[in-house]
Amino acid sequence: MSDHPEAFMKVKDMPEGFQARPGSTVDFKTGDWRSSRPVLDREKCIYCGFCYIYCPDGVYQDQGPEEKYYKADLDFCKGCGVCANECPKKCISMVLEEV
Amino acid sequence: MAKKPIGIEVSLAVAEAVKLCDADVVAAYPITPQTHIVEHLSELVANGELDAAYIPVESEHSAMSSCIGSSAAGARTFTATSSQGLALMNEMIYIAPVLRTPIVLAIANRALSAPINIWNDHSDIMSVRDAGWIAVFAENGQEALDLTIMAFKIGERPDVRLPVSLNIDGFTLSHFIEPIIIPDHEEVQAFLPPNEATVKLDVANPISIGLLANPETYTEIRKATDDILLASKDKVIEVFKEFGKAFGRHYRVIETYRHEDAEIVLVTMGSISETAMTAIDEMREAGEKVGLIRIRLWRPFPVEELKAALVSAKVVAVVDRHMVMGAPNGPVCLEIKSALYDALNPPKVFNFIMGLGGRDVRRVDFKTVVERSKSLVKGGQSSFEIVGVYE
Repeated sequence: MSDHPEAFMKVKDMPEGFQARPGSTVDFKTGDWRSSRPVLDREKCIYCGFCYIYCPDGVYQDQGPEEKYYKADLDFCKGCGVCANECPKKCISMVLEEV
Repeated sequence: MAKKPIGIEVSLAVAEAVKLCDADVVAAYPITPQTHIVEHLSELVANGELDAAYIPVESEHSAMSSCIGSSAAGARTFTATSSQGLALMNEMIYIAPVLRTPIVLAIANRALSAPINIWNDHSDIMSVRDAGWIAVFAENGQEALDLTIMAFKIGERPDVRLPVSLNIDGFTLSHFIEPIIIPDHEEVQAFLPPNEATVKLDVANPISIGLLANPETYTEIRKATDDILLASKDKVIEVFKEFGKAFGRHYRVIETYRHEDAEIVLVTMGSISETAMTAIDEMREAGEKVGLIRIRLWRPFPVEELKAALVSAKVVAVVDRHMVMGAPNGPVCLEIKSALYDALNPPKVFNFIMGLGGRDVRRVDFKTVVERSKSLVKGGQSSFEIVGVYE
């Protein structure tokens, strides 16, 4: 029988007990679809780090004292909007993802 | 090695077997009729006879969760339950095989509610028949003890790593005092190697278990588990043979009794098989060509062995101790019919349900089964008949 196009790993390659090394979720891009994406207005951003702290998926990464902002890794962002809601300067807008 | 049997309650003998196997963890919640097993184990741990962690959990769901965790950490793990306790374990029961966590679970089989009933039938185990556990049924006390020891060896084998349920009929087996040979600790140690988990929870080498599987992987991991379960039949047979060599008591996945020339073959599981054999002796004396097949290994289902044993019979009468509500047959009969479907000249298969909720199974009931089968074979179809139902 032909393999289903969705199938990702062969039966014989399944690890015993379906275990994995810790942190291996980073190998899976959980943000490959989302309802809306955060867009930052760097003019208004005060580099406070609220987005970084509040993000439930930890997608914001510190760009350092030179750049002075936090960047969302869209590979893992699900578009929940918590960052936009918590931002004290309201400089993150959620833009609808169009298919 | 001609050890003498001693008189001991079967539940206590199972607990003694767990002690002889040096179990590391026992996590259990008491429920009738299994209670004596874990009660005795808690005694053995409390008085220092068994060096194990006894976890008195708050529910069976937690019992099985603890067992999965301790097995995943490499501990030799045991628990026991019955009926509603197994039902409450259900969620975790389905998880243990896929995580490949060997656990020995003694089930003192008892009817499921409703109506509430503490007595013996097989409805509890049948509610988890599809979960991926190896399942064996004991006929008598010696077998219950022997299978406990073998269950650890089977489940913990590196090429198996699956949980094993040992089914003993509640009260009619679990509470009987029987003559049982209890092996020495040294003998059991020589037979049962240490539990060496290749994949386990280890702080020095961390892994994650119990992962999410999406449509991309769920099918393949379920298939991988089923492949291991099906392949475990040969390992079960190997362990049975090793046990026979070591202890002189020989076990097979199915047992036969006076079935070679039998025209009508009964199929049973568990302790009623001894009653069936007595009934067969009486019927044989009266000239009736009847025999018996007893299924010891319920999962993985021994299709080839049963096919070979049943294909020459004219009539097969399958006894079930559980009703599959809304289905044409009981669980054992469903499997037998499926196994015989592609045989060239399959025997007629009839299904009889008896012994529900502790209703006594008597020799005369097996004679009724044979009489009914003889009349059914002339014509007439039954999905199943409940022997002695008052309607």
